[in-house]
Amino acid sequence: MLLIPCPWCGPRSEPEFQFGGEPATRPVPAAEVSDAAWGAYLYVRSNEKGPHRELWCHAGGCGQWFLMERDTVTHAVLRTHKPGAAA
Amino acid sequence: MRYSFLQLLKQGLSGQTGWPPAWRSPEPKRSYDAVIVGGGGHGLAAAYYLARVHGMRRVAVLERGWLGGGNTGRNTTIVRSNYFFPESARIYDFALRLYEGLSKELNFNIMLSQRGVLNLAHSEHDMELMARSVNAMLVNGIAVELLDAKQVRAEVPLLNFGPGARYPIHGGFVQRRGGIARHDAVAWGYARGADSLGVDIIQNCEVTGFRIEGGRVQGIETSRGAIAAGAVGLSVAGHSGVLAGLAGFRLPIQSYALQAMVSEPLKPMLNTVVMSPATGMYVSQSDKGELVFGGGLDLYPSYAQRGNLPVEQTVVAGLLEMFPAFRRLKLLRQWAGIVDVCWDYSPIIGPAPVDGMYLNCGWGTGGFKAIPAGGWLMAHLLATGRHHDISAPFDLSRFTTGRLIDEAAGAAIAH
Ligand SMILES: Cc1cc2nc3c(=O)[nH]c(=O)nc-3n(C[C@H](O)[C@H](O)[C@H](O)COP(=O)(O)OP(=O)(O)OC[C@H]3O[C@@H](n4cnc5c(N)ncnc54)[C@H](O)[C@@H]3O)c2cc1C
Ligand SMILES: [Zn+2]
Repeated sequence: MLLIPCPWCGPRSEPEFQFGGEPATRPVPAAEVSDAAWGAYLYVRSNEKGPHRELWCHAGGCGQWFLMERDTVTHAVLRTHKPGAAA
Repeated sequence: MRYSFLQLLKQGLSGQTGWPPAWRSPEPKRSYDAVIVGGGGHGLAAAYYLARVHGMRRVAVLERGWLGGGNTGRNTTIVRSNYFFPESARIYDFALRLYEGLSKELNFNIMLSQRGVLNLAHSEHDMELMARSVNAMLVNGIAVELLDAKQVRAEVPLLNFGPGARYPIHGGFVQRRGGIARHDAVAWGYARGADSLGVDIIQNCEVTGFRIEGGRVQGIETSRGAIAAGAVGLSVAGHSGVLAGLAGFRLPIQSYALQAMVSEPLKPMLNTVVMSPATGMYVSQSDKGELVFGGGLDLYPSYAQRGNLPVEQTVVAGLLEMFPAFRRLKLLRQWAGIVDVCWDYSPIIGPAPVDGMYLNCGWGTGGFKAIPAGGWLMAHLLATGRHHDISAPFDLSRFTTGRLIDEAAGAAIAH
């Protein structure tokens, strides 16, 4: 069970949160994006073994989205921060 | 050595001391025509079919741990071919048909038990969707039967038909040819078969890099030295992303923990596999009497081979809701494997972005049932460099063309 420090609410237990995937940046302008680039945006992630950047939502709490760095091998939560705050 | 009743008798009389090892443990050679990375069911089956169907003998399987120590030895062994899309029905039914003849073919008892797989519907809407799935499966040529609540009750009287049921059972559907098999036996049977045809099975040999020249793979770096290879097949399940990284490309795959557990052993009381998508669990009873059960994926990507508590709780709660009689059972063991999940819950089979390299991965939560087919199709790729027509729709290119085979939407529970 993870203990996740929500940047707004402080440490809360895992079932309050929803995993939101690894952040990906939408390629623009749409008309010029190749099929390969669009497919990569939709489906390809780093799937890192080790420290991994992720979006999470404190769905059962304040409802806010935030960024989290988590180790996918040890499950240690390395840090969390508000979107927009220095990465 | 051929296993037989006579052999059993003979070895029994001589105190069981004369059995030879089922496969050799050779030192890796410096070069092979084909090297398969990953000694799970898929890798071992590919090696076997390469030798048996395509006559290739300079073949090696490299496994970083022990045979079947990945998902093959951690899975709940459900086999079935009741899929929604024609492409899926074709590949999974091909696998099931090979499974049906496998004990004989390998001279190794894989303990295939076609006890049926029963999926439950918990509302009228579930029933309507189920009727639609059943129709699709019948059109795909897969024999399945839609059952009403009374029929389900007659088949599995232990299920919760009480007035207070939180998830009342409205009916279900069953594939009678589905069932379970012995996971280790599948890995060991293919290993023994491949070894007897001259394939080198090399355990404790981790692949740490690839030698790629001019866009073509030439060889493999391993913890036991460099090996030259004419063709390379990757069947490393949850580590597909890591191996792809070593070869310089990325895959539309994410690695998640999938857990399962067993109860203490009981007298025989459940003679089929029961799946309940609404409560997020499925269960069967092993030949040892343990209840073997599991549910969905853990909720975030993981390379830790252990499950988290919230999902374990959901699964246990689902089991007890469906079978109130199990309430007083003790849990014996719980574990997880790292599964390679594609966005459409279908596998990736075909050429990798590096010439001479081929993929058989992305089986996610449901690739045990597919082992004979995955191995067969990978062998075809390694031997001919081209797709078999059963594997063609599962090519990596579908994530660019958008022609996904979306069993996530089609097939409710995914094991
Ligand atoms: C809990 C659980 C329940 C499941 N239940 C079912 C089920 O009921 N029915 C079903 O059909 N499927 C089920 N599955 C899925 C099924 O287990 C897998 O899809 C299938 O076993 C995959 O086989 P594989 O040979 O591709 O992978 P694996 O058996 O995982 O083999 C891959 C091998 O690659 C090796 N490897 C990794 N990296 C390297 C490296 N660098 N060098 C060398 N070797 C390496 C690993 O050690 C491993 O042995 C379940 C999975 C889990 C975890
Ligand atoms: Zn919060």
